[in-house]
Parts: sequence; C-alpha cells; structure tokens
Amino acid sequence: MQLSIRTVILSRQMSNTTGVIANSIRNKLQIALQAKHMEVINESYMHNVPKGAETHFKVVVVSDKFDGLALIKRHRMVNDLLKEELQNGVHALSIVAKTPQQWETSDQVIESSPNCRGGFGK
Amino acid sequence: MNTILIRNVSPIYKNAFKLTSRLFADAAINDKIDKIVKNNKVVVFMKGVPDAPRCGFSNAVVQIMRMHAVSYDSHDVLADENLRQGIKEYSNWPTIPQVFINGEFVGGCDIMLQMHQSGELVEELKKVGIKSALLTADEAKKESSK
Repeated sequence: MQLSIRTVILSRQMSNTTGVIANSIRNKLQIALQAKHMEVINESYMHNVPKGAETHFKVVVVSDKFDGLALIKRHRMVNDLLKEELQNGVHALSIVAKTPQQWETSDQVIESSPNCRGGFGK
Repeated sequence: MNTILIRNVSPIYKNAFKLTSRLFADAAINDKIDKIVKNNKVVVFMKGVPDAPRCGFSNAVVQIMRMHAVSYDSHDVLADENLRQGIKEYSNWPTIPQVFINGEFVGGCDIMLQMHQSGELVEELKKVGIKSALLTADEAKKESSK
C-alpha cells in the first residue's frame, strides 16, 4: 500500500516502540489481522509510571478484516487479541481501527491521547 | 503429625471459602450493574466524578457529554474495586470509561469521540428521546439565517 510521506515520518517518530509488550502486541495484531499499516505507540511516558514502562498504548491498525464491521466490533476484535496483555499490566489501550479505504481517505494524523489525570494506580 | 495435616489442609478450606464468597460478590455486582444501566438512559462508568475526572479518557467522555448537554448517571470505579472489576466482566470490555445508552454498552473513549465527530452520537441520543444541545444550537443557527 502506498503511504504518504507525512505518514511515514509520523510513524517513524511515533511508533518506534520496541519493548517486549509492544512487540508482542505488534506480532499478534499483524498475524491475526494481516494489517496493511500498523503503529504501536507506547504512551506510558504520559503517565505516572516508571521510565520505560509498558502500561499505556495506542494502536493504529489498518486491515481488510474490518470491512463491514461496526466500530465496536473492530475494537472488540483488537481487545480480544490482546486479552493477555490487558490482563497482565497493560492498563490503557486506545484503538484506531480502519479499513484500507478509510485510511487512504483519512488525514492519517494520529492524535495523542488525553493527558493523564492521576487516576492510575490509585 | 496431626498438626502438620491441619496446617496443610486449612489453606485449601480458606481458599475455597474465598472463592465462593467471590463468586457470590460477582453475581451481586452483575445484578447491580444490570439495574443501573437499565434504569437510566445514559450511564458512564468512569475514574473520578464528572466535576473531577481522574483519567484523561474519562475526562474526554465527560467533555463530550457536556457539549451535548446530556444528563447522565455516573459511577466512580476508583471508589469501588468490586465495581471496577465487575463492569469489565459485565460488558466484556477491558478498559474504563464505559458508556451505556438505554441499557446497551456503546463503547469507551475512542468510540464516543468518533461517534461525536461523525454525528452518530446525536442520532443515538435522539433514539432514546434525548435532544443533543448541539442539535438545538444547529437549529437555532439555521433559524436565524433564514
């Protein structure tokens, strides 16, 4: 799939997450959804957690498998695939789930999640 | 010999007791949640309270509801660990916040945000007899430009 230069730059800046959990998330989603485009962004640094923690993620998945599925079903698919991670330390998961067609026609800008308000771990 | 036996066996009893009492608690919280979501048109399970959300995602949902001027029933999961686990099981959804409209689980922050942006939220609210303030503002604008 052709990607705009902007997207490539954006994903380089944002998705060079290489932690153990980030890799596991990436692998599981890639295998199950055969993603045409994927970003796994570790947003843990925005929260009150130790440096290098893998607790808060945003995933961007572009897949044909989302075709004809309502948003909630797409999100449930991703949540189910990452059940293990979500039960073992991953505390927040923000999901952008688009079909290739939706991705192509979108502005492909991924906004970062809202700032933490201190509820984590309390 | 007897003491060793008792010592070894008693933790099993304790665990069995814990397990059953947890199962009962789960059933109770499930019923409680069921009543909450079925007795209120819009319900938000969140971290903190609408005036002081304690998580950015919960805050985003509060802001969306505010824009549409929707009154809703809110529940702070940080104040009740049983509810925090119970709601995740009830809706089979792993994260907080969670929004229910007319007893149906609608989604978390991402879905609410997209429904807000696409106009779908206005429609969903209309279905349950709630007129979004954004719709009212829209109509007023059209009326004045006539």
